[in-house]
Amino acid sequence: MAEKVLMKGNEALAEAAIQAGCRHFFGYPITPQTEISAYLSKRMPKVGGLFLQAESEVAAINMVLGAASTGVRAMTSSSSPGISLKSEGVSYIAGSDLPCLIINVQRGGPGLGGIQPSQSDYWQATKALGHGDFQLFVLAPSTIQEMVDFVPLAFDKAEQYRMPAMILSDGMLGQMMEPVTLPDPEKPFDREANIASKPWATNGTKGKRKKNIVNSLYIQPDELEKLVVERFERYEIIKKNEQRAESYLTEDADVVVVAFGASSRVSRSAVNAARAEGIKAGLIRPITLWPFPENAIEAVVPTAKVFLDVEMNMGQMIEDVKLVVNGRKPVEFFGRTGGIIPTPAEILAQIKRLAKEGK
Amino acid sequence: MATMNVLLAGFGGQGILFSGKLLVYSGLLDGKEVSWLPSYGPEMRGGTCNCSVVISDDAIGSPLVTAPDVLIAMNLPSLDKFENAVVPGGTIILDSSLIDRKVTRTDVNVHYVDASKLAEENGMKGSANIIIIGKMFKELGFCTEENLFKAVEKCVPPKKAALIDVNKNALRLGFTV
Amino acid sequence: MAVVFEKTKGLTDVPFHYCPGCSHGIVHRLVAEVLEEMNLLGDAVGVASVGCSVFSYNYFDCDMVQAPHGRAPAVATGIKRSFPDDIVFTYQGDGDLAAIGTAETVHAATRGENITVIFINNAIYGMTGGQMAPTSLPGQVTQTTPYGRDVKIAGYPVRVCEMLSTLSGTALAQRVAVNNVKNVRDAKKAIRKGFENQINKRGYSIIEVVSACPTNWGLSPLDANKWLEENMLSYYPLGVYKDVTADSGEVK
Repeated sequence: MAEKVLMKGNEALAEAAIQAGCRHFFGYPITPQTEISAYLSKRMPKVGGLFLQAESEVAAINMVLGAASTGVRAMTSSSSPGISLKSEGVSYIAGSDLPCLIINVQRGGPGLGGIQPSQSDYWQATKALGHGDFQLFVLAPSTIQEMVDFVPLAFDKAEQYRMPAMILSDGMLGQMMEPVTLPDPEKPFDREANIASKPWATNGTKGKRKKNIVNSLYIQPDELEKLVVERFERYEIIKKNEQRAESYLTEDADVVVVAFGASSRVSRSAVNAARAEGIKAGLIRPITLWPFPENAIEAVVPTAKVFLDVEMNMGQMIEDVKLVVNGRKPVEFFGRTGGIIPTPAEILAQIKRLAKEGK
Repeated sequence: MATMNVLLAGFGGQGILFSGKLLVYSGLLDGKEVSWLPSYGPEMRGGTCNCSVVISDDAIGSPLVTAPDVLIAMNLPSLDKFENAVVPGGTIILDSSLIDRKVTRTDVNVHYVDASKLAEENGMKGSANIIIIGKMFKELGFCTEENLFKAVEKCVPPKKAALIDVNKNALRLGFTV
Repeated sequence: MAVVFEKTKGLTDVPFHYCPGCSHGIVHRLVAEVLEEMNLLGDAVGVASVGCSVFSYNYFDCDMVQAPHGRAPAVATGIKRSFPDDIVFTYQGDGDLAAIGTAETVHAATRGENITVIFINNAIYGMTGGQMAPTSLPGQVTQTTPYGRDVKIAGYPVRVCEMLSTLSGTALAQRVAVNNVKNVRDAKKAIRKGFENQINKRGYSIIEVVSACPTNWGLSPLDANKWLEENMLSYYPLGVYKDVTADSGEVK
C-alpha cells in the first residue's frame, strides 16, 4: 500500500481527480476552494491534461457541459456563491443526462457571506441546484481520505447513472491537512475505453455512426414528461442501491446524533465523550446526501430515544431526518452557522441535556 | 499524551504554517493521528496568521483548536488574542524578542525564548519559528528526536534543500535555550 | 440521368420550422454545404444556441450539442479542448451572442479559441416574439421599444465584428449578408474561410450574417430585405474587419 502523505484536502482531491482520469478541469478562483485550481494548473500540463481558468463560473460549468458531451471526465470546482452561478449549467447538464463532477467547498452564506467553513448549501445540493425536476448524486466527505476516495466514486456513479455528481465539502476539509493515502498510480485509468463506453457522446461521427444530439429541450410536453419520468425511475434505482452512511455506536444508543461532513467529525468526538460519561450516544453519518440514507436512520428508529441533528447551518438536513423518523421519535437540532465550527463541548452539552430529559 | 492541541500564531511570513507542518509531520512519522488547519482569507495577506495542529492517539474530531494545550505566540497581538484560551496547566511559548510583555496568567507554564534575536545572532535569520519548535520539543517531547529531524526533511521542499541543515541547526539551538 | 442539384448531405431531412423570408434557412444551407464540400461532417460538432435557431441540432447532420442561452462559446470551448481535432462551430443569434453571452463571446475570442462562429444578426429577438436585441437599431420599433429604440434609455447597438476585431485571439471577423445572390456567394466564402482557419489552428473566426426577420419586423419577406438594405447595412457595413491570413494584415 502506498505511503501516507500529508496534504491539504483541496490538493488531495485535485490529485485524486488526476488519478481518476480527469484531464479536463474548468474553474474560476474563489476562496476556500482555490487550491484545487492552483494544484491542477500545475499538474494538468504534466499529464497532458487541460486546466482552463474561465471568465466566470457560468462559463466554467458550460465548458464542463461541452467537455462532458464528448465523453471525457470533466470537472469544475467552486465555493458557495460560485456554485449558485453554476446552477444554470448544472440544470442543463442534468437535463442532457451528462455525467460530470462538481466540487463545492462550502463557505458561509447567503450572499457573499463569509469565507469560513459552512454546510449551508445542503438544501441547494440536495433539493435545488437549478431549475427543473432533477437530482445530483451528492457525496459528503468527512476526512481528507474521503475527499480522495470519493472522486473516482463520484465519476463512476455519474457515468453509471448519467447525471451530475457533487462532492459537498467545506472550507475546513478543503484547507486542513491530515494523513492520506493516494490512489495507486500503478493502476492507470483507461480513458480511451471510458470514452468508448459512451455511445451517446458528441465527439464527431467519423462517418461511422448516426449523429448524436446532446440537448435538454423538449418542446412537446408529453415528450418532456416521459423523459423526466424515466429520469425519476432511474433515481428510484439509485435510492435503492446507492445509499451510504456510517453508523457508529448506534446499536444501543439512546441519543443518536445525525451529522455529515465536518460537523460529523466534531460530533464523533462528542459521542465518545458522552460514552466516557456513561451516556449511550451514537452517530449516524450520512455519506450520500442524495440519495439520503433513509435505511440507516430507519434501522435505529425503534431503539433510539431521541435524535440530535447537528449541522453547520440553521437546520437543513434535519428535514430529511424528520421525514424518515416521521414523528415516531423526537428530532432535535443543534447548529452553528456563519462559518463557525461547533466544538465537541457544545455538542456534548446537547447530548447530555437530551439524555437527562429522556430519563 | 492522548491528544495535544497546539495553536501557533504570529504574523504572515514568520513561518507559522511551516512550524505547524513540522509538528504534524513529526506526529505522523511517530504513527499518531494528526491534523493541520491554517487560518485562511484576507488575514493571511500580510496580517496575523495562525494554525491549529492536533496530534492524537485517536481519530481527530475537530481540527480547529479553540482551547490549546500549547500556544506558540510569535507576536503581541497573538498573545493578546489567545492567552486566555490556553487550558489551565497548558504551555505558552513566546518569542520574547518580539513580545515585550509577560504572560499574566499564573495557571500555565510559560517559556520566554529570545528566538528572533538568537536566530539573527547565529546566522539563521528567519528561523525563530524553528528555534521555538526546538524549545517545545525539549519541554514536551511530543515525538522521537529522530522523527523530528526526519520531519524537517519532509517539510523542506526539494528546491530549498539547503535549508534542511539550517532548520536542523535551529532545532538544536532550541534544545539549548 | 445526370444529377444537376441535390440537397446537401450536411442537412437532415427534418423540415425547417423557420418563417418565410428568414435568413436562417439560407445560412444553415451554406454552413452545411461548406461542411460537406470540405468533407468535415464526420468531424463536426455543432453547438446550437437558445433562440429561433435552437432546433438547428435537428437540422445539421453532424453531432450537435444544445447550449444554455449565451453559453455556446463556453460549451464549444469544452468540446474543442477535449477533441482538438474535431471541427467545432457555434450557431448563435444576436441576443445570445451579444447580450447574455457577451462575456463568453469576448473571452472565447480573446483566448483565440479555435472554433468557428456563425452569428445571425437580425436586430431582434425572434423566438420570444420580437423584443429589442443588443443589435436593434436606434429608433427601431420592437415589442419592448414600442416608441422606437431610444438610445438615451436603451443605449446603442453593439457592432460585434468591430469589437471583436480588436482582440488578438480573433483570426477572422467578417460581416456578410444573404440578401442577394452575390452576397450569398460571399457569405459562403467567408464561412469556408472560417472553417479553414479552424483546420489551420488560427483561432477564433466569426462570420456575422446581417439577416432578416420578416415576422418580427412586421414586413413581407421582400420588404424585409429592402429594410435590411436601407437600414441595417449602413449601421453594419459588410466587409472584413480582421483577417489574419490577409497579406496586408488589413484592418478595415
